[in-house]
Amino acid sequence: MKFITATILTVLLAFIAGILSFSPWWGFAITSFLVAILVHQKGWKAFLSGFLGLFLLWAGLAWWIDMQNNSLLSSKIAAILPLGGNSVLLILVTGFVGGLVSGLAAITGSYLRVSSHK
Amino acid sequence: MIVFSAFNKIAMRIVPFLVSAVATAGLVYALNRPLGSLPMAAGKFLSPQYGFWQNAEPASKSFDEELSFSGLKGKAEVYFDDRLVPHVFAENDEDLYFIQGYLHAKFRLFQMDLQTRAAAGRASEFAGAKAINFDKEQRRLGMVFAAENALKEIEKDSVSKAAFDAYTSGINAYIGSLREADIPIEYKLMNVKPEKWSNLRSALLLKMMAKMLSSGTEHDLAYTNAKAVFMPEELNKLYPQVPDSLLPIVPKGTVFEKPAIIPVQPASADSLYFGKKDTVSVKEISRPNENNGSNNWVVSGSKTQSGAPILCNDPHLEMSLPSIWYEIQLQTPASNAYGVSIPGAPFIIIGFNDSIAWGVTNSQRDVKDYYEIRFKDKTRKEYWFNNQWTPARLQVEEIKVKGGAVVFDTVAYTVYGPVMYDESFQGTDSSGRGRNLALRWTAHDPSNEGFTFYKLNRAKNYDDYVNAIATFQCPGQNFVFASKSGDIALWQQGKFPARWKGQGLYVMPGEDSSYMWQGFIPQLENPHAKNPERGYLQSGNQRPADSAYPYFIPGTYLTARAITIDNKLAAMTGITPADMMKLQNDYFNTTAEDVRPLLLHFVNESELTESDKKYLDIVKNWDLMASPDSKGQTVYSLWWQKLQEEIFRDEFARVKSILWMPDQQAIMELLKKDTASAFIDNINTTGIETLSDVVTKSLKAATKLFDEAAKKTGNKNPGEWYKANHPAIYHIADASRNSLLPFARTKLHIGGNNDIINAVKGSHGPSWRMIVHMTTPTEAYAVYPGGQSGNPGSKFYDSFVDKWVEGQYNKLWFMREGDKTDKNVKWVMKFKKG
Repeated sequence: MKFITATILTVLLAFIAGILSFSPWWGFAITSFLVAILVHQKGWKAFLSGFLGLFLLWAGLAWWIDMQNNSLLSSKIAAILPLGGNSVLLILVTGFVGGLVSGLAAITGSYLRVSSHK
Repeated sequence: MIVFSAFNKIAMRIVPFLVSAVATAGLVYALNRPLGSLPMAAGKFLSPQYGFWQNAEPASKSFDEELSFSGLKGKAEVYFDDRLVPHVFAENDEDLYFIQGYLHAKFRLFQMDLQTRAAAGRASEFAGAKAINFDKEQRRLGMVFAAENALKEIEKDSVSKAAFDAYTSGINAYIGSLREADIPIEYKLMNVKPEKWSNLRSALLLKMMAKMLSSGTEHDLAYTNAKAVFMPEELNKLYPQVPDSLLPIVPKGTVFEKPAIIPVQPASADSLYFGKKDTVSVKEISRPNENNGSNNWVVSGSKTQSGAPILCNDPHLEMSLPSIWYEIQLQTPASNAYGVSIPGAPFIIIGFNDSIAWGVTNSQRDVKDYYEIRFKDKTRKEYWFNNQWTPARLQVEEIKVKGGAVVFDTVAYTVYGPVMYDESFQGTDSSGRGRNLALRWTAHDPSNEGFTFYKLNRAKNYDDYVNAIATFQCPGQNFVFASKSGDIALWQQGKFPARWKGQGLYVMPGEDSSYMWQGFIPQLENPHAKNPERGYLQSGNQRPADSAYPYFIPGTYLTARAITIDNKLAAMTGITPADMMKLQNDYFNTTAEDVRPLLLHFVNESELTESDKKYLDIVKNWDLMASPDSKGQTVYSLWWQKLQEEIFRDEFARVKSILWMPDQQAIMELLKKDTASAFIDNINTTGIETLSDVVTKSLKAATKLFDEAAKKTGNKNPGEWYKANHPAIYHIADASRNSLLPFARTKLHIGGNNDIINAVKGSHGPSWRMIVHMTTPTEAYAVYPGGQSGNPGSKFYDSFVDKWVEGQYNKLWFMREGDKTDKNVKWVMKFKKG
C-alpha cells in the first residue's frame, strides 16, 4: 500500500512541479525527496517508488506527445543523440533519466527519517 | 559507551544520507551541464515538461488563438490556409507589421536571432571559441557600423520608423509571451536563450543580405595576386570584362546617353597601381558563396496566350531549413500584397499586389574595394593620408564567447572605412610583413533598403515602381516588373561607383585621395529597359549591358544562364504559366553546347582505351540536359573540369593564394577563338602541348577517377548527376553539415547546376520559384524548398520540399475580404488591443 501511495504521490507532485513556472526542471527531485520523508519506506523500496514514479511520468508523457507527433521529432532527436533514430529507445532513456534522479532523491529522503517499525 | 553507540547510530544514518544526497545533487548537476560535445543540459533537454518533447507539435495542432497586446491599435485577424500561409487582415500599417513581426517570431524565431547575431559578429555566443575569427571578420567588415548607419536612415522617416517599430514590437510581444518550455528546440540544443529584438537587428539582417550579395562579387585580392604574375593582355583574356557570348539585361543595340560623370585615372596609376607586382596573402574567413545568383524574367502580353504579362523569379541562395523565406499575405484597407518575406525584416520582398508584380536578381557588381593603409606605428592610431599623419578612429570590439573568456579586438576606421586586415588579424603574409587593408564598401553608406519594399508592396504602376526602387543602394539588384496595365520593365538598381577603367580591380594605394571613388553613376543612368519591342526582358546575373554602356562596371557575372533564358524566351509564343514552370525547371546546359563540339573535335580517339571510349560515348550521346539521372552531365562536368585544370594549373601554380580561376564561359570563349592559345601548353614541360593533347589527357584523367571510384565503392560509374551534385538542404545552424543532419534533407533527386536555369548546386539553388500571371484575378504559383514552420518537430517544417524537387508548384491563394469563411481557411488567429 505504502509503495503504491508513494509512487502515485511522486507522479502527481512531479507533474505539478513541472508546470510551476518558478520550478527548475529538476523540481521533482525535491518533491520525490519530500514524498520519501512523508511516506517512509526502506531505502531500496523508496528508491523504487521514486524511480518508478518518474519513469512512468516522463516515459508516459513522452509517449503521449510522441504519439500525437507521429514520432516526427523523436526520430530526429534519437538520430542526433545518437540512439539510432529509435523513438522507443528515446522514450525509455527519457524515463530512465527522470527515474534515476527521482530514485536517488527518494532514497536520500528515506535516510532522513527513522524507520517507524524496526 | 552510550555516547559512542548513539554516535554510531546517527552515523549509520547520516553517512548513507550524505552519500545519497551528494549522489542526487551530483547527478542533477551533471544533467544540468553540457554533456560531451552536446552543449545542451541533458536532463532539462530530456524532460517532457521542459525539453525537446515540448517542441514535438501534435500533427492535428490547431493554430486558432485569441490574443491581445497593448502594442496594437485596433483589431486584426490572421487566416491560415492548409499550407500554414498566414493571410493578415489589419486596420492599419502599424498593426500589420506588428503581426508580421509576431508571426515571424512565432514560426522562425531561432533563425532570425542566430542570423542577426552572426551578422553582428556574435556567433561565438552560440558556437563558442571556434567562431571567434568569423566574429572578428564580421566586425572588421563593418557590419554593425553599416547597420547603425542604416538605422539612422530608417528612423529618419516617420512612416518607415513606424513600420520598423511596430515590427520590432510584434517580435518582442511574442518573445515576452514565451514560456521557457516553448522556446525553439535549437536554443535547447545549444543551451542559449532568445534575445529581445530591436530595429538595429532588422537593419543587421538587411546588411547580412548586403554581405551575401555584394561582398563576394569582387576579387580584388585574387586579381592583385594574378596581376603579379600575368601580363595585362593575359589578364584581359583570363578575366574579360565583356564576354563575346553576352546577352545583357538591357537588349543589345540600346543606345546609352552620354555619361554625366567621367572619372579620371590618377597620373601615378601605371606605376603605383597597374604596374605594381605585389601579392597579398590575407586569409578570408567567410567569403559569400560564389553560387549566389538568381533568375528573373518577364514577358509582355504580346507573347502570352492570355494577353496579360507573366513575371517569373527564382533567387538562388543557400537553401536552408528553415528557409530564408516566409510566405505571407499582408492586407490593410489601403494595401494588399502577397509574396515572401525574410524573417527579421518587415514587408514582402518578392511578390505581387493587385496592380503589379516584382522580383529581384543580384546585380553581381563590384561595390567593394581595398586600400593599402600605412600606419605610423603598431598602435594604429595614425595613418598617412594626403601628406600628413591622420588620426584613425579606433573601435574596441568585445566578443563574448560561450564557455570562454571575452575576446577584444581593435578595429581602425579610416577615411575609406574599417581596416579589415592588419597585423592583428589575418594580415601578416608569409614573409612576416604586415598588410593593412581598408575597405570602401557601399553597404556602409546610409540607406534604407527596406523602405523600397514598403513602397513596392503599395506600388500601382510603373512610376510607383521606379520611385520605390530609386533609393535602393546595396546590394545592387535587378528589379523585374510587370503591371496589370501591361507594362514590363527591368532595372538594375543600386549605388554604383563611377570608376575609371581598371579602378578597384586590384588593391589600391591608400596614402592619398587620388584613388578614391570620384562619384557615383547617376541613378537614372543605371541600366534599364521598359516595354522592349521583342516582348520580354530577363536577367540571370549576367553583365547588365554590353560594351556600349559608358561606365566601367566590373563584377562577378555569370553569362551562360541568361543566354539559355534569352534563347528560350525569344523562341516562345502564346506563353502560359505552365510553360514558365517548365522553363524555371529547365536543365539545358548552354555552356556544354559550345564546349562539347570542342571536346569531340579535339579528342584524339586513336589514343583512347576501351574504358576512355565508354565515357566518350556517354558525352557523344548526351542530350545536353543536366537532369538528375543524366550520366552525360556527370562525365562532361569532370572532363571539362580536368581540361580547365590541365590548361591553367601550370600558369596558376605561380599565383599566390588567394586565387580566383577564370570562369568557364570565359575559358570556352578563349578556346573557341584561339585553339592554339599559349595557355594550353604546359609551361613545366619541354615539349609543346596542343589542345588535342590536353583534351585527350583530361578525358583520361576523368576516366581514371571514374574507374577508381567504381572500384572503391563498388557502384557503377559514372553515377547519375544528382549523386555527383549532392543536392541537399541543411539546417541553418549546421555549419559543419554533420551535427544536425537529421534536421536536413539530403540526397534530393534533382538536377541542375549554377549555370543551368534550374540552378541547384549542392545546397545552393532556387530558394523560391514564383510565377505571376497579371490577369484579373491574379493567377500566381510558387514553391520554396522548405516549409512555413521553423520547428523540426512540426509537419510544416519541410512540407514543400518534395514538391519543389519535383518541379511542382502551389497555387497561391490571394485571399479577399469576402473569403473569410472560405473553406481554404483552416485556422484563425484573432488579435486585439488589450
